Amino acid sequence: MAKVVFEHVYKKFPNGVIAVNDFNLEIKDKEFVVLVGPSGCGKTTSLRCVAGLEEASSGNIYIGDNIVNDVAPKDRDIAMVFQNYALYPHMDVYNNMAFGLKLRKFPKVEIERRVKEAAKILGIENLLDRRPKALSGGQRQRVALGRAIVREPKVFLMDEPLSNLDAKLRVQMRAELQKLHNRLKTTIIYVTHDQIEAMTMGDRIVVMKDGVVQQVGRPLDIYDNPNNVFVAGFIGTPPMNFMEGVLKQENNRLYVDLETIKIYVPAGKFKTANMYVDKEVIFGIRPENISELEDTPDAKQEDIVLANVDVSELIGSETYLWVSNGPHSFTARVDAHTKAEDGSEHQLVFNPEKIHLFDKETEKAIP
Amino acid sequence: MELPRWRPGKLTQIMLHFILLAYSIIVLYPIGIMLLSSVKGTREIFTNPYGWPASLRLDNYSKAWKLANFSVYFQNSAFVSVMTILVLLFVSSMAAYVLARFEFRGNRALYMLFISGLMLPVRLAVVPLFTMIRDINLLDTRTALLMVYVASGIPFSIFLLVNFFKSIPKEIEEAAIIDGCGLFSIYYRIMLPLIGPALATVGIYNFIGTWNDFFFPLIFLRTKSKYTIPLGVMQFFGEFTNQWDMLFSSLTIAIVPVIIIFMVASKQFIRGMTAGAVKG
Repeated sequence: MAKVVFEHVYKKFPNGVIAVNDFNLEIKDKEFVVLVGPSGCGKTTSLRCVAGLEEASSGNIYIGDNIVNDVAPKDRDIAMVFQNYALYPHMDVYNNMAFGLKLRKFPKVEIERRVKEAAKILGIENLLDRRPKALSGGQRQRVALGRAIVREPKVFLMDEPLSNLDAKLRVQMRAELQKLHNRLKTTIIYVTHDQIEAMTMGDRIVVMKDGVVQQVGRPLDIYDNPNNVFVAGFIGTPPMNFMEGVLKQENNRLYVDLETIKIYVPAGKFKTANMYVDKEVIFGIRPENISELEDTPDAKQEDIVLANVDVSELIGSETYLWVSNGPHSFTARVDAHTKAEDGSEHQLVFNPEKIHLFDKETEKAIP
Repeated sequence: MELPRWRPGKLTQIMLHFILLAYSIIVLYPIGIMLLSSVKGTREIFTNPYGWPASLRLDNYSKAWKLANFSVYFQNSAFVSVMTILVLLFVSSMAAYVLARFEFRGNRALYMLFISGLMLPVRLAVVPLFTMIRDINLLDTRTALLMVYVASGIPFSIFLLVNFFKSIPKEIEEAAIIDGCGLFSIYYRIMLPLIGPALATVGIYNFIGTWNDFFFPLIFLRTKSKYTIPLGVMQFFGEFTNQWDMLFSSLTIAIVPVIIIFMVASKQFIRGMTAGAVKG
């Protein structure tokens, strides 16, 4: 049980690549924090710095109240779960899980108690005498988790632990990991490139790109109020729609001029919007905030946009409409029973309360 | 991904079996002759070289073992071969682990230096080797043999082991680091068991070479009590007569350890030989 703190952590590789650039974060005790971002964004490197498999070029990392920069990995009291499981092929499941405890000279009875208990939690009691080769992907994943659990570490580090599982198993393990976290109440740092994993599992999410933290926050906060265009586009599927336009003022009302579309900005939604009048902005709206007119009978006339339906994709629970209007293409998430047909014109309503505006130059959200 | 299995046609199969059969005969025939001759008398070997022995003279073996001092040669050979394998595996697996896993200046050059030994037949260096061994006062010792064998086995061993070590996922080592392994225990408890097939390959390959070597014992050894088997059997070639029966029964005894070792390690050996051919 411990907090983990990154204090101005940099990681520069010998080939000059800066993998982690001024990383600052305080992870609270028992918190489940997810580092998420595209590949090469520095999330795994950050995790490896905590593990001690990588040395931070500068800055401090704390586990609990101690700076661990110069502490050997084995003395950091952490356990790590790897993407490819990294089980020891020549040991059976029991010994895979017991190995760390044996090296730490735990009494035999205690080792057995812990391994059995972890195996019970993970439902792998009947596999203890098998070699990893004889296990399925999901079972291997459980053993890898078990190996971490028996150590009862201060911090769990998980590096894309679900990426090698098939889609169905991944969803199942996602829920199980959360249950596990509720049960063990240990700090978990979890790395993934999958924003859905991040959204569903994290108490807090850290979105990273090119070694720089883009935003830290609770999942819904990040979803509702993304800091910049990258975060807005990265979190959420299908991603947020972006259109470039100019912010204009008319009769004391602000609107985004998208040439073929006019979007009125609700008064007071963006405090600094007045500073951007006649400047180029990026307008963003999530697919679920675009609805069909049929479903939004009390929509204002000015919020209605006429668009051409290019393709409609039925997912089952809902339908994605890939539509276009002039130079703009965007996606709307509508009811599965929509009457929209491919190639037809369709009336859509943009929910003005849910729009986002970004500075075109800095790509930062306009507050 | 599983590739479709190659299924040869009928004619190809017959051809394949014919070739394999022919090869087996070529290999097994001399061994058979040796076995037969080992239970005949010298005279019978000449009068009836290919036929079944008139009477089984099994005491040939005990005679060779005791009277011809063969047990001493056997012990010498066993000592030199086993020690060679142990030292060789220990030294080259440690070197290979470092070369495969640690980045440092000159790593590549060092690896190349080791590998370049593959290009030089060690027997070419017999004169400098002899003077070297003489200068360090190791002439007529089994240690001299041991040293030369280990050194000459290193290039191939390192070549094979480095590639094996490289094929082991790095994460397994990292997991071991986090589990609390130090460098040596990673090498000893994790990596060595994982390259078992390669160790078996290196072991068998060098064991056969060492066990059968005639050249270096001939160069380095003087005292009879230090002779290895190949040198020892030379005494059956006398000035006037050759003791063919003793020779063949000695040779038969001599191949037993090799066959046993091969049988024990063949599964690993084959895995070592074919590793990398298919991933999985």
